[in-house]
Amino acid sequence: MTASDRTLAVIGAGPAGLAAALTAADQGVRVTLLDSAAQAGGQFYRQPAVGLGARRPEVLHHAWGTWLKLRDRLAAHIAAGRITYLSDRHVWLVEQHLEPGEVRGGAGFTVHALLGPEQVEPEAVTAAAVLLATGGYEKVLPFPGWTLPGVVTAGGAQAMLKGGLVLPGRTVVVAGTGPLLMPVAVGLAAAGARIAAYVESARPASLVRQAPTFAANPAKVVEAVGYAARLIRHRGRVTVRHAVVEAHGADRVEAVTVAALDADGRLRPGSERRIACDTLAVGHGMLAHTDLAESLGCAIDATGDPFVVTDAEQRTSVDGVWAAGEATGIGGAVLALAEGEIAGYSIAARLRGVEPGEADRAAPARTRARLRKFFAAIDTACAPPAHWTEQVTDDTVVCRCEEVPAGAVREAVRDLGATDLRTVKLLTRAGMGWCQGRICAPGVAGVAGCAAGPAKRTFARPVPLAVLAQEPDGRS
Amino acid sequence: MNPLELAGARPGPAFGVTLDGRAIEALPGQTVAAALWSAGVTSWRTTRGGGSPRGVFCGIGVCFDCLVTVNGRPNQRACLVPVRSGDVILTQEGTGHDGLG
Ligand SMILES: Cc1cc2nc3c(=O)[nH]c(=O)nc-3n(C[C@H](O)[C@H](O)[C@H](O)COP(=O)(O)OP(=O)(O)OC[C@H]3O[C@@H](n4cnc5c(N)ncnc54)[C@H](O)[C@@H]3O)c2cc1C
Ligand code: FES
Repeated sequence: MTASDRTLAVIGAGPAGLAAALTAADQGVRVTLLDSAAQAGGQFYRQPAVGLGARRPEVLHHAWGTWLKLRDRLAAHIAAGRITYLSDRHVWLVEQHLEPGEVRGGAGFTVHALLGPEQVEPEAVTAAAVLLATGGYEKVLPFPGWTLPGVVTAGGAQAMLKGGLVLPGRTVVVAGTGPLLMPVAVGLAAAGARIAAYVESARPASLVRQAPTFAANPAKVVEAVGYAARLIRHRGRVTVRHAVVEAHGADRVEAVTVAALDADGRLRPGSERRIACDTLAVGHGMLAHTDLAESLGCAIDATGDPFVVTDAEQRTSVDGVWAAGEATGIGGAVLALAEGEIAGYSIAARLRGVEPGEADRAAPARTRARLRKFFAAIDTACAPPAHWTEQVTDDTVVCRCEEVPAGAVREAVRDLGATDLRTVKLLTRAGMGWCQGRICAPGVAGVAGCAAGPAKRTFARPVPLAVLAQEPDGRS
Repeated sequence: MNPLELAGARPGPAFGVTLDGRAIEALPGQTVAAALWSAGVTSWRTTRGGGSPRGVFCGIGVCFDCLVTVNGRPNQRACLVPVRSGDVILTQEGTGHDGLG
C-alpha cells in the first residue's frame, strides 16, 4: 500500500490543521479535512460570513498574506482531489478499531461527525491516521458579576466581530491577562468601540525578567508593540497590574470595578475604581481542546491546564494519532503552523512506513522550539493574580451552566471532605451541565484548591440520542 | 466607524425575523447571536435556577450560555446557528426541552 492509498483525517481547519493537511497532501497523502465552521481558517483566520460581502476582510487581521497562501494551496489540493474538505462537520467521537482488517479500506479510525449548524445528522469518515488540530478556547476565572450579559470572553468578542461584523456594545473594558487581549482591544477599537479601559493583571517587571526570551523573538515583540501603539492611537488607556474585581448591572453590565494589585497579587485596599461600560471583554489565557484526544486514550498532561502530550514528530501516545496547534498547548498561530507542518511530514512518512527525514522538519522545528520557549515565558509572566480566589464571594456563581455558587464548592471541601474536582462535581453538580465543565473547571478547581485534572468526557459534543441508536454510512 | 464600514461590507439585502414577536432586521451570513447583537439585544435566555439573564459568553459554541429557541427548536446555540429570513426566535426560559443526549 502506498501513502496515497491511505487517508489522513484532519480535525480542525485552523492554522495547525491546514498546515498539516497541506504538507501531507504535498507529499501525496489523501486527506479528509473536517471542521465545524462554515469556512476554513480557525480562530485566527476567521472571516466574515460570505453573505456579508466584506471587501476588506483583512482589516481585522494580522498576517493576512499567510492566510491567502494557505487558502490558495488548499483550493489547489481540493481541485486536484488530494484534499476533501468537509465544512460544518462537528466531530463528536474518533473511534479506533483494534482490528483494522474489520474496517472498510483497512482504515484504523472512524471519525464521527454531526452535520450543519443544527448538528443532528450524522456522518462518518474512515482513515488510517488522524490529526487532532482542534485548537482551544478562552479561560475565564470567576468574579462577581461575570455571568451578566455583556460580559464576554475577549476571544468571543473578537470571533463575533471577525465572523459577523458586530459589536456587543459601544463602551468596552478589556481585562484579564495574556497576549490575546491586545489584538482584541485593537480590533474592537478599529471597529468603532471605545476602549474605556485596558486592564492587564501582569506586572511589566515580570516581563522584563524574560527579556532574553523576548530578544530571541523580535517579530513577536514588534507585533506586541505595534498593537500597543495602535491601541494608544485609538485613545485606549492601558493599566497594568490591575484586575477587574466585579461587574455591576441588573440585566446587563453597566460598570466594572477595577483595583490595583500588590507585588504578591493581592488587592490594594482602597484602590478600587468604578468604570462605566456596556461590555466587558475578559480572558485569563487559553485552554486546549483535549476531549477527542482523551476519548482516544492519548496521554494528557494535566499538571497545569491540560494539553495533549506529543513527541518531536507531533505524535500522541496512541499509534496513528497526531496532534498539533493549541490542542497541544497554547502558543498562537505561528506555532500552530509550525507544529502542523511537522505533523504533516511525519504522517506522510509514517504512512509509507519510513522514518521522516530530519531535514524536512528542521525549519519548522526551530520555529517550534523558539516559540514554545517564548510562550512559556509569557505564560509565567501572565499568570492570573496569585490570590484571585479571594475576590470570589460565596454567592458568586462559579459553574455557569448549573449555577453553582462558590459557597457550595467551599462547603464541599470544608465540611464534606472533597479533595478533588470529581468529588466536588458529584457533591455540587459543578461541571455537570451543558458545557461539561469546559468553562468552569479552572474556576471551580481554584476555589476548591485542587488540580483541574483531565475531564474524561464521553463525547466531544452533545449528540442526539437518535444518532447513537443508528449506524451511519462510512465515507473515506 | 462600525464593523460593516470597516470591512467594506456590502451585504445582501437585509431580511426580517422576529424575536418574541418583535420585528428585527438581520443580514445574510450572520448568526442568530450576531443579528440579535446588531439589534441591541444582548440577553435572550433566563437560567433554570436563578432566572438570570444570559446571552453570548464564549462566542464559539463551547459554553452553551447563548441557548435560544429558533423556529420551535429549543436549545440552539445562537452563536453557531445562521439566521434565516422569517426565523421565529423566542427567548428561552428554564430548560427549554432538551433534545440532546
Ligand atoms: C475565540 C478565539 C478568538 C481568537 N482570536 C485570536 C486573534 O484575534 N488573534 C490571535 O493572535 N489569536 C487569537 N486566538 C488564538 C488562536 O486560537 C490561535 O492563535 C490559533 O488560531 C491556533 O490555531 P489552531 O489551528 O491550533 O486552532 P484554531 O484556530 O482554534 O482551529 C481549530 C479548528 O478546529 C475546529 N474544531 C474544534 N473542535 C472541533 C470538533 N470537535 N469538530 C470539528 N471541528 C472542530 C474549530 O472550528 C477550528 O476551526 C483566538 C482564540 C479563540 C478561542
Ligand atoms: S456563546 Fe458560548 S456557546 Fe454560544
